[in-house]
Amino acid sequence: MSGILVIAEQRRGELRPVSLELVSAAQDLRRPGEQVAVAVLSAAPESLVTALGVAGVDEIVTVKVAASEFDPDTFESAVGALIAKRSPDVVLVAHSVDSFGYAAALAARLGLGFATDVFNVERVDGELVATRGGYGQKVNVEVDFPGRNVVLLAIRGGAFKAPEQAASPSVTAFDAAPLQSRATGREFIEPAAGDDVDMTGAEFILTIGRGIGEEAKVPQFRELADALGATLGCSRPIADAGWLPKSRQVGQSGKTASACKLYIAMGVSGAIQHLAGMKHVGTIVAVNTDAEASIFGVAKYGIVGDIFEIADELRRLF
Amino acid sequence: MKILVAVKQVAALDEDFEIRDDGRDIDPDFLIRDLNEWDDFSLEEAVKIKEASAEPVEVIAVTVGTDEADESLRKCLAKGADRAIRVWDAAIEGSDSIAVARVLAAVAKREAPQLLFAGVQSSDQSFASTGIATAALLGWPHAAVVCNLNYAPGAKTAVFRRELEGGLLHEVEIQCPAVLTIQLGINTPRYASLRSIKQAAAKPIEQLSLADVGLTEAEVGETGSASRVRRMYVPDKARAQLIEGDVAQQAARLAEIIREFKGDAA
Repeated sequence: MSGILVIAEQRRGELRPVSLELVSAAQDLRRPGEQVAVAVLSAAPESLVTALGVAGVDEIVTVKVAASEFDPDTFESAVGALIAKRSPDVVLVAHSVDSFGYAAALAARLGLGFATDVFNVERVDGELVATRGGYGQKVNVEVDFPGRNVVLLAIRGGAFKAPEQAASPSVTAFDAAPLQSRATGREFIEPAAGDDVDMTGAEFILTIGRGIGEEAKVPQFRELADALGATLGCSRPIADAGWLPKSRQVGQSGKTASACKLYIAMGVSGAIQHLAGMKHVGTIVAVNTDAEASIFGVAKYGIVGDIFEIADELRRLF
Repeated sequence: MKILVAVKQVAALDEDFEIRDDGRDIDPDFLIRDLNEWDDFSLEEAVKIKEASAEPVEVIAVTVGTDEADESLRKCLAKGADRAIRVWDAAIEGSDSIAVARVLAAVAKREAPQLLFAGVQSSDQSFASTGIATAALLGWPHAAVVCNLNYAPGAKTAVFRRELEGGLLHEVEIQCPAVLTIQLGINTPRYASLRSIKQAAAKPIEQLSLADVGLTEAEVGETGSASRVRRMYVPDKARAQLIEGDVAQQAARLAEIIREFKGDAA
């Protein structure tokens, strides 16, 4: 068993950025002389070769499959065949919605060592050790994989920095066996426009989370956001409850607030998905009654206190 | 027709928790337990299908855990599950998501449901893998992060939407029996009425051992797991710079930060 196999991720013909982050994770694990191969599964894999040509990749494996978009059966079958053919000792995938759909199945079926949401990898006395979060990310958990020849790791997005230097790795084609998938992708549906708010372009966002407690409190924060000149956003539970439209949800499964520079989070505890969607923001201010809330781990400034008292006081100043 | 809903009693950390003497987990005295948030949604989805169905549908909640987990199963019974099953054996202690999936798959073989739901992930360990691993062990079609589902009991396929990053949705048709992992927000979970809570307290919970589901000790616990915990520790986290003082002082400092930003932005 030798070699690291990275499974790139594409959606609608575009490489997802996390694919290149996996290449960096591979560098932390590779033994001297060990090769890093990146496999890309697509109906037209050749079109993604250029984007995968980065430092640290020795070989790009193009895998042409029938399904134009992610399909669990297709990925399990093709990645399983790649593992059988190439016998890597480590396989890296993204901890993403697509991987949620097949990585665990592959691990269970092939008896692989397996860990998900991994944010650090290392070799300790030659043994692979992966670190992930536990108990709502309050503790770190180091895991190893005794007796496993092949280990599959799902790597958290944003945990590794993609290599910047370009390179021209060799390209190999791999033939995936034809397969009758038990699921059929029909179409993509863009998220609803909601109330036409532009979260993507907003530079100053005031977000409310579960801490507001009830729907009746929403208007006072809307009013506060207006007074401050901020765009009102929300965390997942608020959108799920229908208190604000889905278009105002920020975080990984909501809108990416890519232009945001100042982010004030009130009563947002900071689920990992939420934090992952906001870590690029320059200044995060968190207001929360729970001094242990995860959001204080990414915020620049923190106020441990009652969001309503702070909001009232702040309103008076604008 | 049956729908099996796999649920988990999750554990949150108490304010002042301690790590176990062996350094590999938290001292259980410091854990606060509750039904996993995602599972509330998957149970509701199953109950909704049952209520909308002309033919009889049985909703069965299943969990792998000690008798402490009965509390979460009672919650499921109070919210509309018809039956509850709990599998436990001392050998299951230390199981990861793959080993737990082996137990769930064994229960699914006994019950032969048309759909098996699990939460996308659990709020404590966030593996996001138990449901999908269960599907693989059953050899069933499967899909993760389902945020919308259309299924008529008895139908050969179900149509659902996966919630992708950035809010994009992907509509897919899948053959049944299938395993779907259910995302938050797919529905609005109901509250249990006092009456149904009382009724649930009187309902039996089926208790199964490893032998009952046809598994050996080696298939669960650490030997049956795909990973082993070496060490658990509290990380040195980057911490926010705390704004101290009374409410007026804190708000004044926040206002200053906002004005500084607006000055920069202008």
